[in-house]
Amino acid sequence: MEIHYSPEQLAFRDEVRDFLKQELPADIAAKVKLGKHLHKADHERWQKILSKRGWYAPGWPVEHGGTTWGPIEKHIFDEESAAAGAPRLVPFGVNMVAPVIIKFGSEEQKATYLPRILDGTDWWCQGYSEPGAGSDLASLKTRAVRDGDHYIVNGQKTWTTLGQHANWIFCLVRTDPEAQQQRGISFLLIDMATPGITVRPIITLDGDHEVNEVFFDDVKVPVENLVGEENKGWTCAKYLLTHERTGLAGIGASKAALTNLKRIASKQQKNGKPLLEDSLFRSQIAEVEMSLMAAEMSTLRIVAAASEGGVPGSESSILKVQGTEIRQAITHLMRKALGPYALPFLPEELDLDVDGELLVDDYAASPASQYFNMRKLSIFGGSNEIQKNIVSKMILEL
Amino acid sequence: MDFKLTEEQQMLKETAERLVRDVYDFESRNKFSESEAGFSTAFWQQLGELGLTAIPFSEELGGFGGGGVETMLIMEQLGKGICLEPYMESVILAGGLIGQLGSDAQKEELLGGIATGELQAAVALDELNSHYDLASVTTTATEQGGSWSLSGRKGVVIGGQTAGKILVSARTAGNNRDEQGISLFVVDPNAAGVTRRVYATVDGRKACELFLDNAQGELLGEAGNAFDAIRYQSGRAIAALCAEAVGAMRTACDLTLDYLKTRKQFGVPIGKFQVLQHRMVDMISELERATSMAILAACLADDEDSAERSAKLAAAKFVINRAGRYVAEQCIQLHGGIAMTWEYNGAHYAKRLVMISHQFGDDDHHLEAYAAQLGAA
Repeated sequence: MEIHYSPEQLAFRDEVRDFLKQELPADIAAKVKLGKHLHKADHERWQKILSKRGWYAPGWPVEHGGTTWGPIEKHIFDEESAAAGAPRLVPFGVNMVAPVIIKFGSEEQKATYLPRILDGTDWWCQGYSEPGAGSDLASLKTRAVRDGDHYIVNGQKTWTTLGQHANWIFCLVRTDPEAQQQRGISFLLIDMATPGITVRPIITLDGDHEVNEVFFDDVKVPVENLVGEENKGWTCAKYLLTHERTGLAGIGASKAALTNLKRIASKQQKNGKPLLEDSLFRSQIAEVEMSLMAAEMSTLRIVAAASEGGVPGSESSILKVQGTEIRQAITHLMRKALGPYALPFLPEELDLDVDGELLVDDYAASPASQYFNMRKLSIFGGSNEIQKNIVSKMILEL
Repeated sequence: MDFKLTEEQQMLKETAERLVRDVYDFESRNKFSESEAGFSTAFWQQLGELGLTAIPFSEELGGFGGGGVETMLIMEQLGKGICLEPYMESVILAGGLIGQLGSDAQKEELLGGIATGELQAAVALDELNSHYDLASVTTTATEQGGSWSLSGRKGVVIGGQTAGKILVSARTAGNNRDEQGISLFVVDPNAAGVTRRVYATVDGRKACELFLDNAQGELLGEAGNAFDAIRYQSGRAIAALCAEAVGAMRTACDLTLDYLKTRKQFGVPIGKFQVLQHRMVDMISELERATSMAILAACLADDEDSAERSAKLAAAKFVINRAGRYVAEQCIQLHGGIAMTWEYNGAHYAKRLVMISHQFGDDDHHLEAYAAQLGAA
């Protein structure tokens, strides 16, 4: 057994570190580290830099512009990116719809969409959740009725993350209302410029505009935008979800957040000395750091097994629950670290280039907002309760 | 990075697994526990014959040169059977201390016996008010004409009831809780001035209080300089306990899962109730966490002494103490009233899991140790 990286893996890590040091724009990294708002342009700028290096889509097959990285290399890259303050990639195009197109799409679809994802022409968003179908995705109601060369789509999607920036949406739609839940669903690619689509912002509890509702009113979608077979969309959906869940533990992001927490705790004072030296607070940080250490080891075990050809199964559900709880615990401590200064609501200070004097310090505007924003972690990607149902069914056979 | 077992390790694991399965059914365990020795002397002998007591020792000493991973594989199986034999105490801890501190003559005399299992040793580090602080030593040793004489009381010496030799920490200089001035002695429990009060432990083992009244001890290593070795070897003991806990947790989870599938209430197996399903998943989740940390501890156990090694071992024990208690309590809760009975085996797993947290530091102890070294970002 060897818990350390091999010399080759260490060399790769250094290569990634060098790249991040040279190429990650300092202003973007500063925003990420302080929990400030990222704009569409920030995402696009970083994405272009990655794309130029050939590292934007490491998981794709080489012929489509991917890399030969194995699970360990991908893990190293994610870790280093998070530690350096690189923005989390908006996954909907590169890591969600692309793998589905590569696996189930036609040659034309691959040729059309993949290059546009790589070069940043298209910004994708996800049309899965509906007001009545969250974690119970199979009960979705958005209808697509075949009419000659088109589907006519009617319905509503919700929780569409960053949909305000998107020009394409991939949707699960019901094409056979008679069939049992999962059977009558299809996977459609829809141009957001099509008449009949309305995007309406949802302002979340932290005051941010991150998610949207998307309405479809007699939207005409060409049949060639169907991925895979009609009524077999559930296969695509399931495939996509297994891709999604493995990254949801967010160990790298939690490590970066923990570093930030320690920084805040070393600046804030209690009883005339840094909060980080307060034994009670310190032990709470220690506790979460040790949980994170365990989750990181579990991740490495899963990653190593995957590189031997194993498929991450329900362990990733367990890890999703653990990882999201850890991240939430960190945001709880960040908020606590500010004391009464967790109260001021200063969305304007979430922009790094804010004019005028800051109320406290550059870190103080975001922790309480982040705490509330991060409540989403245990809800999205299949709520933590749903993950437990999965483990219960798949591993425990209960 | 590689978490696979080598062929030899796989064989070692299977050997230990088979042995425990064949010998350690629950009824037999009860008998061993109630016997005078408090464990199976026959099983101990088998461990020796199969070479399992020789695993961590170097080849010159008749061992296999095994490290933390080999130790983990054995301890995990012993945990699955909630075995009572003082393997950790004799082989890993006493063996490790003698190996690190002993003279060539002492190593030859003692380690050879420990490796074959002919000598079962115990280690006496705790005292009435030491509360996991290994530097809290009030037992004294004084030198008179080249021989050392020990006085004081050492507590909860697991395996001390049958040990042929007991390693005792005693103060030869300094004040209580000073790391300097602590020495280690080999004491013959049958020598003059040594009395033992033997008792059972909550988890079905046996231990003793050791009363020393001008008892003779043979110095191990240099006088006053044993603390580093004690701390280092207790780290190896912690790694071993983590592995044992994982084995016990795994069986406790298996028993509970099995019960959820068979026990019916309101006409259905109780495992159909979502609230119990989620509780079971939480148990498995704790087991995963514990497994990861036991692997981490095993891979570090034999590394050179360093602040990082100490911190990670503290983290492992902390996580495992917490996980062990959770699994123990949920195992009892999900079994309902049946778990409150002595005749239910799960209850004995629960007891061992909770008692592991009372060896080499509970969660508060390790939380404090970990927090103390926490660096700023």
